Amino acid sequence: MKLTLKVWRQAGPKAQGKIVDYPVSDVSEDMSFLEMLDVLNDDLVRKGDEPIAFDHDCREGICGTCSLFINGEAHGPGRGITTCQLHMRKFKDGDTIYVEPWRAKGFPVIKDLVTNRSSFDRIQAAGGFVSVNTSGNLVDGNAVPIPKQDADKAMDAAACIGCGACVATCPNGSAMLFVAAKVSQFSLLPQGRPEAKRRALAMVEQMDKEGFGNCSNTGACEIECPKEISLEHIARLNREYLVATVTKE
Amino acid sequence: MSKLDSKIPPGPIDKKWTYHKGHARIVNPANKRRIDIIVVGTGLAGGAAAASLAEQGYSVKAFCYQDSARRAHSIAAQGGINAAKNYMNDGDSVYRLFYDTVKGGDYRAREANVYRLAEVSTNIIDQCVAQGVPFARDYGGLLDNRSFGGVQVSRTFYARGQTGQQLLLGAYSALMRQVGKGTVEMYDRHEMMDVVVVDGKARGIIARDMVTGEIERHSAHAVLLCTGGYGNVFFLSTNAMGCNVTAAWKAHKRGAYFGNPCYTQIHPTCIPVSGHHQSKLTLMSESLRNDGRIWVPAKLEDAKAIQEGRKSGKDIPEADRDYYLERRYPAFGNLVPRDVASRAAKERCDAGFGVNKTGEAVYLDFAAAIERYGKTQANVLKIDKPSKEKLRELGEGIIKEKYGNLFDMYENIVGENPYKEPMMIYPAVHYTMGGLWVDYNLQTTVPGLFCLGEANFSDHGANRLGASALMQGLADGYFVIPYTVGDYLADDIRTGPIKTDTPEFDEAEKVVKGRIDHLMNNKGTKPVDDFHRALGKVMWDKCGMARNEKGLKEAIQEIRKIREEFWRDVRVPGKSGELNQELEKACRVADFLELGELMCMDALDRNESCGGHFREEYQEMDGPQKGEAKRDDVNYAYVSAWEWLGEAGKAQLHKETLTFEEVKLTQRSYK
Amino acid sequence: MARQGLFGSSLVKKFWMALTGLFLISFLVVHAAINAQIFWNDGGVTFNKWAHFMGTNVLIRTAEIVLFLGLIAHIVDGLMLWSQNRTARPVKYAAEKGSANRTWYSASMGILGTLLLLFLIMHLWHFWVPSRITGLDEIAGMPGHHDLYIEMVRVFESPVPVVLYVLGCISLYWHLLHGFASAFQSLGINHKRYNPIIKMTGAAFSAVISLLFISMPLAIHFKLLS
Repeated sequence: MKLTLKVWRQAGPKAQGKIVDYPVSDVSEDMSFLEMLDVLNDDLVRKGDEPIAFDHDCREGICGTCSLFINGEAHGPGRGITTCQLHMRKFKDGDTIYVEPWRAKGFPVIKDLVTNRSSFDRIQAAGGFVSVNTSGNLVDGNAVPIPKQDADKAMDAAACIGCGACVATCPNGSAMLFVAAKVSQFSLLPQGRPEAKRRALAMVEQMDKEGFGNCSNTGACEIECPKEISLEHIARLNREYLVATVTKE
Repeated sequence: MSKLDSKIPPGPIDKKWTYHKGHARIVNPANKRRIDIIVVGTGLAGGAAAASLAEQGYSVKAFCYQDSARRAHSIAAQGGINAAKNYMNDGDSVYRLFYDTVKGGDYRAREANVYRLAEVSTNIIDQCVAQGVPFARDYGGLLDNRSFGGVQVSRTFYARGQTGQQLLLGAYSALMRQVGKGTVEMYDRHEMMDVVVVDGKARGIIARDMVTGEIERHSAHAVLLCTGGYGNVFFLSTNAMGCNVTAAWKAHKRGAYFGNPCYTQIHPTCIPVSGHHQSKLTLMSESLRNDGRIWVPAKLEDAKAIQEGRKSGKDIPEADRDYYLERRYPAFGNLVPRDVASRAAKERCDAGFGVNKTGEAVYLDFAAAIERYGKTQANVLKIDKPSKEKLRELGEGIIKEKYGNLFDMYENIVGENPYKEPMMIYPAVHYTMGGLWVDYNLQTTVPGLFCLGEANFSDHGANRLGASALMQGLADGYFVIPYTVGDYLADDIRTGPIKTDTPEFDEAEKVVKGRIDHLMNNKGTKPVDDFHRALGKVMWDKCGMARNEKGLKEAIQEIRKIREEFWRDVRVPGKSGELNQELEKACRVADFLELGELMCMDALDRNESCGGHFREEYQEMDGPQKGEAKRDDVNYAYVSAWEWLGEAGKAQLHKETLTFEEVKLTQRSYK
Repeated sequence: MARQGLFGSSLVKKFWMALTGLFLISFLVVHAAINAQIFWNDGGVTFNKWAHFMGTNVLIRTAEIVLFLGLIAHIVDGLMLWSQNRTARPVKYAAEKGSANRTWYSASMGILGTLLLLFLIMHLWHFWVPSRITGLDEIAGMPGHHDLYIEMVRVFESPVPVVLYVLGCISLYWHLLHGFASAFQSLGINHKRYNPIIKMTGAAFSAVISLLFISMPLAIHFKLLS
């Protein structure tokens, strides 16, 4: 396969970036998208050019490091996969492919396709936890039975890998799906209930501070989420937050 | 031998940990605030340790190379975590978990450590449940268990196929809680470049800010390395791309002994390499072996036809298939342990029977299972005389329910439908049992330098059982280090803050900067990956699933050559004062090039076969066990701990003799 | 604990958007129901009767103030959301394929709302301003009773307002199609079992209301009513 890549190049956080064209040839359909970029980078290094910086780590779709807005979609075409799981057989010989970083005020570009997503860490630090210290003498794991349905739903939400595709996709740059996944997971489990109100208020407050946009229920995040996390969790966050706001003292 | 004091507490094995905790010194809360601890790595071990120590009141600085603490590679563990809860009432106990782990490790682990691991395993589950980890539950609302890795009880707790992710996110949330409180200072996108040793004690690290390229000095009263395994020395492995040995290796060069470097676990069920571009390998859960049958063609001409694309697996009639695991191991069949299954696959492929274009793949076939499940399901649904197609459809439905996500993953990567065509698998490097040598307190031979999780050598001997890595990471981080580090730090309450403007920090920083400058100004011709790939090939061919004296000796020479060429001809573009991924890789590969040689030296020293270490000269030559690993308990029941002697390839071997008081040494047999 | 006020957080803004939206939807029901009285084909007698009631009843007049407040809140809130959402992505994508994951109208509520606002200004100018401020013809023999029906006939005589009204109602359709279901989601009402019902009701409601409003100027313009 021969392809033309249109890649966003930006030397540093404050530098002016632009789209640069790269022809690539000998692309095998067995390659993953990132391996295709590896091959291009290998070529660039040999030629004495600077390779394209992009985030990646586990390359099996679970760490949430890889990002990339490919041909107008977060993690490219295909559903329920991350960029590292996207294979070149999804493309045709002669295709032109746009490759851009996540675009959001909360995700400033560091270099080329690499963005800073520590806003997600700060949101988590604001309340995305159960306040329990390490102790060898906690109650037995089976002391509080949890209905299977609730545990399963909590797991659906907990599957979030924190990649930021929801933000990247949302026409408003909203981080609601990410925040909702965390709030929803804990609010569904008895362990998370005692702090549920506090958590919803604090995490949303931090989300707003980070400069993410407002949710307008377009549902785009749900479609592009590599873990297919449902809008249902956003509704649960809305509920939790409404109750917390109305009843707070 | 002097430095290798394992500090195993006195008393019977089941009282040792209790005794030790009871006698460990404690730092009072007011003093803890004045004590700094550096934690490098934020996986299960590091994340858990950083959170727990901060809760206790210490000032913690946590470092990770990823862009967030949540992305450490513990996240990729699929199967589950073992704990001796005995919820299933199937005869499990702390002792049985201990016994299984020692035996599974082929009797090359330290009994006392393993017993403690089994003992605290139950606390881990309680802790994680309290943190809101959504473990799988049954309809009664109680925790569900499954069996794993060929043990006789069901003791594995799981959260779908994402147990590692959920446990890590639990530890990460605990860590973020402390970050929010200001008790942990988080340094992400930071790589540890060296350990600073002052007056014989670890007192800090040199780190590189991977965004600005700045070289930073960080001081502390103790340094904890929780930096995972070194499987990426093989270039291709199931590890994340960034996993590296740098932290452990730098510690080694500063005086920490390296334990059992040659013990590597090769996982039998991974998706085979598809070409030169391959950057990493993907694991398919071991659970697939419960229903899949492994085979290769029995005739060489059939194998050749498949390799050349003239035939496919379906074209081979039943009579011409060689179900080699069932043939060689009638008792365990397709469920033999990881090391045995991996070696058997290699043996067949080396003999020319591989089933893809590279000749390095075997079939994992679900046709029989689909047929079997189809029949059962037809009976359940009371379908009279179902057609062949109907049976297939019913059977595929059951397989989909059990392994649907794995089959999708396979199809996505390989581009073949595994319901119709037999799956292709091949072994891949997965875990390293070796690591920095630590005593019972998880302290290395450098005082104040501790090592937790996969990065240390301690609990799995020569082979790790499934679902035990998560257990060890969390046990070390949550329940062991908080006690043992306190005992060490009790001497430091009057030390005061450690200064970073000392000659020791100057020297360490100079070394780091010199190395980076060399790489940046080298102006060679080849990218880093060329050398990494070359190293990986040598390691895989000569220090992989099977090793022999001749190969290992060659490997050492070849690695030296690659290393020499690397320093001469590597090209690192860009600048050092910015995000520079090639520079990051170069620094890591430079360390792999030294470690690789030590692994070969260790493998060469160990004239026996045990667990993940299989020396072709040491196998049963005849009798019913022909071709099986031959352990030598008389001469090799020791931990090899290597001391750095100032130069790669020069290392002094120290031996910690393993004594087994509880478990009787026997040969593992799966016939 | 959060220190965000009643209007500060993005979620509270959403709640207000949903509540005012649903409130305006309830107004649309009344408005459409009364206007539909012209279809009795009685020369606007029934319609004018109801119009008089709506224009003179104290409760209704009070509700009118609330309605305006609700409308203003909906608009102001919407503008705030719109401007914040714009700043949330300072650099736009070179290639963005919105069609892959969202409907165009769900991502165009601001534009649709602006079109509606322009339409509304024209609409108020046509009917509300004369009725309340500048004065209208009275029905013969009924002092104090405005003849709104005659006003409608006069306005819709020319094709220009008819076309603009039809376009306005089409904007209303798309605005409602997303807005109706979206309001429920914003208020946290999302359940596998009831989601299809909400969605279908929303679609049916949007279609019925918009068609009803479109049919009036058309019917009058093409003199389908006596």
